Amino acid sequence: MALLKSKKVISSIGTFSTSLGAVSTRNSSWWAGVQMGPPDPILGVTEAFKRDTNPKKMNLGVGAYRDDQGKPFVLDCVRKAEALISSKQLDKEYLAIGGLGDFTKSCAQLALGADSEVLKSGRNITVQTISGTGSLRIGANFLSRFHSASRDVYLPTPSWGNHTPIFRDAGMQLKAYRYYDPSTCGFDFKGTLDDISKMPERSVILLHACAHNPTGVDPKPEQWKEIADLVKKRDLLVFFDMAYQGFASGDIDRDAWAVRHFIEQGHNIVLSQSFAKNMGLYGERVGGLTLVCKDAEEAKRVESQLKILIRPIYSNPPMNGARIAATILNTTELYNIWLEEVHCMANRIIKMREQLAANLKSEGSTHNWEHVTDQIGMFCFTGLKPDQVERLTKEFSVYMTKDGRISMAGVTSGNVGYLAHGIHAVTK
Amino acid sequence: IMSLFGEVPQATPVAVFKVTNDFKEDPNPKKVNLGVGAYRTDEGQPWVLPVVKKVEKIIVADDSLNHEYLPILGLPEFRSSASKIALGEDSPAIQENRVGAVQCLGGTGALKIGAEFLRRWYNGNNNTRTPVYVSAPTWENHNAVFVNAGFEDVRPYKYWDAEKRGLDLSGFLGDLESAPKHSIFVLHACAHNPTGTDPTHVEWMQVAEVMKRRKLFVFFDSAYQGFASGCLDKDAWAVRYFITQGFEMFCAQSFSKNFGLYNERVGNLTIVARDPDNLKRVLSQMEKIVRVTWSNPPSQGARLVAVTLNNPELFSEWKDNVKTMADRVLSMRASLRAKLEALETPGTWDHITQQIGMFSFTGLNPNQVEYLIKEKSIYLMASGRINMCGLTTKNIDYVAESIHESVVNVQ
Repeated sequence: MALLKSKKVISSIGTFSTSLGAVSTRNSSWWAGVQMGPPDPILGVTEAFKRDTNPKKMNLGVGAYRDDQGKPFVLDCVRKAEALISSKQLDKEYLAIGGLGDFTKSCAQLALGADSEVLKSGRNITVQTISGTGSLRIGANFLSRFHSASRDVYLPTPSWGNHTPIFRDAGMQLKAYRYYDPSTCGFDFKGTLDDISKMPERSVILLHACAHNPTGVDPKPEQWKEIADLVKKRDLLVFFDMAYQGFASGDIDRDAWAVRHFIEQGHNIVLSQSFAKNMGLYGERVGGLTLVCKDAEEAKRVESQLKILIRPIYSNPPMNGARIAATILNTTELYNIWLEEVHCMANRIIKMREQLAANLKSEGSTHNWEHVTDQIGMFCFTGLKPDQVERLTKEFSVYMTKDGRISMAGVTSGNVGYLAHGIHAVTK
Repeated sequence: IMSLFGEVPQATPVAVFKVTNDFKEDPNPKKVNLGVGAYRTDEGQPWVLPVVKKVEKIIVADDSLNHEYLPILGLPEFRSSASKIALGEDSPAIQENRVGAVQCLGGTGALKIGAEFLRRWYNGNNNTRTPVYVSAPTWENHNAVFVNAGFEDVRPYKYWDAEKRGLDLSGFLGDLESAPKHSIFVLHACAHNPTGTDPTHVEWMQVAEVMKRRKLFVFFDSAYQGFASGCLDKDAWAVRYFITQGFEMFCAQSFSKNFGLYNERVGNLTIVARDPDNLKRVLSQMEKIVRVTWSNPPSQGARLVAVTLNNPELFSEWKDNVKTMADRVLSMRASLRAKLEALETPGTWDHITQQIGMFSFTGLNPNQVEYLIKEKSIYLMASGRINMCGLTTKNIDYVAESIHESVVNVQ
């Protein structure tokens, strides 16, 4: 048989290196060399929380909004949109690779403003993505393939924990710029400017558009202006991550101010948007990736390449969440309800901040807790050290990430007193 | 200022979507779309499965449901019930707790996560030079999935015999014999895309024997379970046989076609490992990959499938819906063949009924394909692949006559 002959040939071909001993024995596994992956630091907190039997336990880990009863909150505008969609009896045909047109258009408009010159000239390309993560990933892949001028992505210190692995996996190099000042629990403006002034030209700088995660510390408008100027001088590529539009101040235009300012100043930005938090559509995975280009022709070329990047990952995006978001954004009545609900969510958070600060004072804490109310958005960087965090978890069943970050969304009028008591106990 | 994207070239559009695009823009009232693989009713309309409509209502009415994040690996009840569909309710591998799964975005997403894992952890660490074999021909996105996951050496294995319009078994087995050890082979579990030509049971057994002996990695792509024969278990025969042969393997499942949930992106990467400990470590690394790709998967579609599969009545109804689709395809196959034979179209046409699943590799050459598109507004892939679902009792005469014309008039 011809097969016998080919066996002889095989033995003389160099075999590929196998550092696994796995292939030698009949019953061994291909995966003997696979290490146990470390648990995700953020999602691991929720796992530990679930196991705790203390009735007073608090989950201040992952950033998902909770109402004042500590329950997940499905927005009324979402329910109404779902009912509307259900009545239309739509089919389930594949979306285009770039997603639902109704969604991408309104998504861009939400971020850039209805009167944006960018939208009018059609020089943006906006694709639907798998929420914020998916958006960052496709953006990172695009930069890796087409931004030959630099491999460097500068992240603020600290940043969302998943930024680093996303960009690294896409083939970019991670660098850092100073951002948070632990001594003030505030913004290290001077450090930021210093570090930006030293960034090599054409590097990528990632900015949190609003409600910085994990610190809750945002630059003031005047500071944003200076940053925008300096970034332009250094000729850096700006990548905005906007996961909390509406959630920071309660006002969607105010929260998008930095993004719009940079564009007005001539920066052709890359922008990731998420609707996980501001529409409560977490598990539906609704997001957008926008690249502001030189002109419509360039936008078309960029679009074609984004499709090439998306197709071998998941072909085309999921419909359900995008359809809900588009319905809300494009139906006046629902849009207005949404604005109110976002405002409410943001307000509840602001109120909890005030109550926490007030409770800490009445507990007798002598520390300065101003940062609790100065910081903005879902997260508060308490300033607690790892050992204090550990005590808070062990003695009070308050679960949070080791960096001292708490999700204010997990705080309610019912448990804010208990939280203040615990924080005071471990910091006095 | 020079644009950062000044050098970005215009990419060519994905072929299968371009076909549909061109079809949409064609004003000819007789036009027929035999391109993209989505099911159509006899009215030429998309079909939302009755069981899906039912379950959607259940979900909308359930106030206890919300839109919270799913776990990274997906909805647990979806993952386990989906794996059961592929492996069988009473699979010994499942009973031995060595089967796991990752909910992914469609079949594409399942292939992607599997490919990323293999590149990092299979055959060494980050061994991008492990050869990946895909059938000649194959679904046009297979190549890109593995290349983008980092594999440098994606090669074809012989599969389709254009001469005899069937499986090139000796070529296939020959490539298995000569492939470097530990090479990865992407196998179509049933209803091969684009040829519609599947190995017989005996042929699968031969394939398995070589793969086991030569330590080749089994990566099944199962996008049409239920669609091939109309019976889920029959269509899963190859996957289940390989498990009896002791393989550790991956199976990328899609519920796009058999549930008609195309745009909800419902997929499942089923992992069969040697034992629970290996499985556990594999899943922990899968989580890392998912986290930097999409963090966690979309909930709507998975919920729909899980509710259906876990309820006996709904499950039964779903199987009926699947059979409805498969039966219509079978009747269109029979009809097309009969008409071509009645027209005495040159050549043999039994491959139309021998082939299985949504697609048929007609054997038409690129010139004949172009003729059909340009002269007849009948849209199909350049390879000669047609989607049987695009045929209806109303257009089949037109299509048969047009194919006849193209074969007779165009060389």
